[in-house]
Order: sequence, then structure tokens, then C-alpha cells
Amino acid sequence: MRTGLIATKEGMTRVFDENGIQIPVTVLRVDNCQVTNVRTEEKDGYVAVQLGAGTRKTNRTNKAQRGQFAQAKVEPKQRVAEFRVSQDNVLEIGAELSVSHFVAGQFVDICGQSKGKGFAGAMKRHNFGGMRASHGVSISHRAHGSTGQCQEPGKVFKGKKMAGHMGDERVTTQNLRIVAVDTEEGLILVRGAVPGANKGWVMITDAVKRKLPEDAPFPAGLKSDEKPAEEQDNAVAEAPAEETAAEAPVEALAEEAKAEAPAEEAKAPEAQEETSEKSE
Amino acid sequence: MNISVQKVEEKQLASLSEGKNVPDFSPGDTLKVNVKIREGSRERVQAYEGVCISRKGTGMQASFTVRKISFGEGVERTFPLYSPRIDSIELIRRGSVRRAKLYYLRDLSGKSARIRERTTGHGIEQRAPKKKA
Repeated sequence: MRTGLIATKEGMTRVFDENGIQIPVTVLRVDNCQVTNVRTEEKDGYVAVQLGAGTRKTNRTNKAQRGQFAQAKVEPKQRVAEFRVSQDNVLEIGAELSVSHFVAGQFVDICGQSKGKGFAGAMKRHNFGGMRASHGVSISHRAHGSTGQCQEPGKVFKGKKMAGHMGDERVTTQNLRIVAVDTEEGLILVRGAVPGANKGWVMITDAVKRKLPEDAPFPAGLKSDEKPAEEQDNAVAEAPAEETAAEAPVEALAEEAKAEAPAEEAKAPEAQEETSEKSE
Repeated sequence: MNISVQKVEEKQLASLSEGKNVPDFSPGDTLKVNVKIREGSRERVQAYEGVCISRKGTGMQASFTVRKISFGEGVERTFPLYSPRIDSIELIRRGSVRRAKLYYLRDLSGKSARIRERTTGHGIEQRAPKKKA
């Protein structure tokens, strides 16, 4: 089980696919998504990563959270959430996640806070049919009708669908297809609608009911994995000779190795940690 | 509009309108839309000619409707302006109309459904020098 991502819902638009068919998409933006803490079996009884996303002014962050962010050595985050992961997909604290975590064509589940509808009637809230427009119906056209039987049982059963508060609750939409991923801008395009209002926070995870594609990065799509290829010139100029020698063949084979790399990372996460420490 | 959504649309627009020249047309104009049609693995271009009766939306969302009489039956097709299925759009004739949406043409036929040619107004000045050259 891989970690998910925290994103903001930016709005909807449409894109054309290769056949010229229009696809309705929701644009999601992943901004500054970092690992802020890790839950372990020994300490917490379960394994999870805690992610934080967005930026929040330090003076607007409460003292307790300031301490937590300071411990993780990350900037204060606007939104924090935990994602359960399997033991081999645990990430380092401080690692920044990228939208390349998800690949085009894969299916995801997206969770968000739905728009509040206030106190809604049974027709809107539970799709009741209402009553007739005529034939003697008087001022109860949108009423729910009967709520039960007679003296036996003599009560309204619990859970009876009636009018009440609707919306503003946690909603998960399953099996949404990723249409495209824009690593430069940190955007994910998802086919269809996503729960919640624009600018709202959403949690994106791999779909539980679909198979994960093989080219999905393990343990996660990190920003540090992307940079070496883009900033190789800078890296070569700054890094000592030994490291450049080690990196050079990797860069040359970068494109070919991309497919293999995730598998290697999964096998030897420790080895990668060592290299990253060296470069620091 | 949200900046991120705008960026997505701008990128799409840039890639789709590349190498394409969409003429400046308005409702009432007669257009020839060259539509790409895929038959199995082969692709060919089919022309669809008629009167533009409506233009809608802006940017990526823009679309237009073309009406024609085909074998005595009215046919309307709505195209997204930047659809990759459109090969090209040709402006055949400019029409003089006093509405933005010419849905009233649906109720008319024959002589009354004609549209007078427009010889002045926007877009005409641009067209004149082209003829000379």
C-alpha cells in the first residue's frame, strides 16, 4: 500500500484526448506536499506517513503544531493528514512528494469535504418522489409521506430517511481515472467530478478496487527523484569528482533506467538514503 | 477563473491551435468545415458547409453550430472550435444578421431562410487587402 497525496481542488475544465473526444476533468494541485511524521508499529501500533501540504504563516500556526513542524524540519503546513502504508513504503521525514506519484491512466480514490446544503427535504436529500401535483394533494407536494405503520410497532424506526442536514461531510469518490499529470506545475487532471468546493482540500490515494499499474513509482514519487535528470549540469559543477563519476552512467541511461528504477528503489531504499546523505 | 485551470487550458489551446488558422467568423456567415473522419485505420476529410447559427463560449470552451439543409431535411452540427477533429474552417460568405443566435432559421424554409450578404462592418476591411495580394 503506497501513500496518497494531499491536493487542492482547483476547478473543472475539459481536454481533448488523442481521438478528439472531450473529457471533463478536474484540476488538482499538489503544493509543497512533504512528509511531516512517520507512525511506526513499535511506537504507535500502526504504520503510516503523515503528510503536510500548502504553506501557512508561522505566526498563524499554533505553538503545538509549530513544535511538530520544527521537529520534522519543514515549513508550517496548512493541511496535515495521515496515510496508512505498508512497511516497505514508509518514507523519510522531510521528503517532498511530487505529482509523478500517480501515472496517467491509473485509477484513484479521492476524498474531500462535500459542499454543505443546509437543512434539506427528503426529496433533495434522499431522492424521494414527493407527492402529486394535483388530485387533492394540499400543501404537501414535497413531503416525504408516511413514516411507518400503526399502533404496532407504534414508533418510527431508527434510520428512517427524513429531512435533515445534508452535505458538508467526508465523501470519497472511487475509481477516478488520471488523465494527465503535469510535473512542472504540480497539477493532476482527473476525469470527472471530485467532492467538495473549489480551493478545498482533497486526499488522493490509489484506487482500492483497481489494480495498480506496473509503472507506478515505489515507494512514492518524490521530487528528489526528478531533480537529478533536470539539474544535472548544476549537480556536476558543484559535486565532487567521485560523485559525478558515479552519477554519470546513471544519467546516460536515465531514460532506460526509469522503468527499472522504481523496482530497484523498492528493493534497496537504504542504499538510496545513503547516496542522498552523501550529496547533502 | 482559477490560475491552475487557466494554465491547463492555455497549454491545450497552444498545442491545438498550432499551425491552424481559425477565421474570424460570426453568426450568419456561411462556413465550410473540413472534418476529419476515421474509417477503420484510414482517415479522410469531409466538408460540411452551412450557415453558422450560433457561437458559444470563450477560449478552450468555445464552440459553434452550423446549420444546413441536407436532402430537404435541416441538419445542425455543433463543433468545439479547437477540436482536433476539425481539419480547417473556411469562410465562404459573410451574412448580415441582427441576432447573435439564429435559431429562428429552424422555423423558416426556402426564400425566407435566406441571409443577405454583408459587405460592410467588422472583418471586411481585413479581407479586402487579401484579395489584392
